[in-house]
Amino acid sequence: MPENGRGTPTVELRGVSKSFGQHEVLSSIDLSVMSGETVCVLGPSGSGKTTLLRCINWLETPDTGAIFLRGTRIGMRTTPGGTAPMNDGDLAAIRTRIGMVFQHFNLWPHMTALGNVIESPIHVQRRPREEVMREAEHLLEKVGLADKRNVYPAYLSGGQMQRVAIARALAMRPDVLLFDEATSALDPELVGEVLAVMKDLANDGMTMIVVTHEMQFAREAASHIVFLDKGRIVEVSTADEIFTNPKTERTRQFLERYNR
Amino acid sequence: MTLRFEIVLKEWPQFAIGLGNTVWLCGVSMLLSLVLGALFLAPLTAHSRNVRRVAQTFVDAGRCVPFLLLTYFVYFALPAVGIILDKWTAALATLVLYNTAYMAEILRAGWVSLPPGQIQAGRAFGFRGFRLLRRIILPQVLIAVGPVIGNQLIQLIKDSAFLSIITIPELTYAANSVQSYYFVPFESFIAATLLYWMLCSGIEWVVRRSERWASFVRRSHA
Repeated sequence: MPENGRGTPTVELRGVSKSFGQHEVLSSIDLSVMSGETVCVLGPSGSGKTTLLRCINWLETPDTGAIFLRGTRIGMRTTPGGTAPMNDGDLAAIRTRIGMVFQHFNLWPHMTALGNVIESPIHVQRRPREEVMREAEHLLEKVGLADKRNVYPAYLSGGQMQRVAIARALAMRPDVLLFDEATSALDPELVGEVLAVMKDLANDGMTMIVVTHEMQFAREAASHIVFLDKGRIVEVSTADEIFTNPKTERTRQFLERYNR
Repeated sequence: MTLRFEIVLKEWPQFAIGLGNTVWLCGVSMLLSLVLGALFLAPLTAHSRNVRRVAQTFVDAGRCVPFLLLTYFVYFALPAVGIILDKWTAALATLVLYNTAYMAEILRAGWVSLPPGQIQAGRAFGFRGFRLLRRIILPQVLIAVGPVIGNQLIQLIKDSAFLSIITIPELTYAANSVQSYYFVPFESFIAATLLYWMLCSGIEWVVRRSERWASFVRRSHA
């Protein structure tokens, strides 16, 4: 998590705060995620986990602070007088380097599974169609859905939709993958198939920030765990440390419910 | 009383030309108003309340004017302020103006029914501006409102009969010409009715097919 002289972090947040009206959702968040790390963000509902992820790809605009992707500031650009919001084109370009997997999948229903996967690489990144198709087929195979390539989302189960969503995010060749409670909207028996794919990605060295309530996954796959409460980072530890010996009382209280 | 349908058969070219004119006038104006209606989406859904209000006022005004009155206005009233249009241009302009207001409102309703997550996913994957509209938003909006657009097209075809008032040789005009020349009103108007029915039934069939698509997309959004 801390840089420790290991080079430029893939994702870095410095003093990020965000309020909705009077309600402060994120308060001075500092976080570094190095290449190949899987960072799980835990915390009670309303603690700011989703807002944190959405700030990283600028779906929410932080009020203060700065966010960097491999050293490039996200959402803001330097001007002679200080900083100004990035133009739409630059923001769109940087977003293609951040893969996002949503809680409710958000697959585009008018496209097949394959169509969803190739859409952005072809039409946004302007990569050659044949190369993208080859890669997309490979990714669908990787998530176990090669036989569903021509199926529309309406005919896929929740677990299958989420796996297509993961393939769609991977097809962008992103620097980092963000998972926003990727299994929360799934029937319990479908959670395992999605978590298995996520674990494989973690083992393959994909840089991931995972907002989750799946403690077992966090325990097995996380390089580090961030515990968030009321918009503040309460604790950052390795999975072993946080589950066996949490540093704060609040973390212990939260995890107790899951260890019972 | 003897019915003389053979006159209708003999005069089929007039009916065919009338039907052809109805089809192309309505088809072209439908496409143009779809494009203009789509362009209206931006002001209708703008962040600025004033922009939204102006756009909505235009749309509401367009939907409140009777088609016949608008036809009179474009063809007979505009020349008074120096805008003189030949009858075909006036006909097309009237159809497009009238229909754009409806298309804009239909598309706006489709847009607001689109789950916000769809647009967010588009943005998160680098789409923006016109490409976001064309690739992600409009296809879903069009699928969702396809049946409504089909019904609007049927309405437009029926309204286009009013264009006979400015001597556009569309289907109703053709039927009226034949009946007044040969004095066969029953046969002539029955023929025109049948042709309108066939045309609208064809559109109905497409609408029903698109309804299956619409329910398909709605199911994915659920």
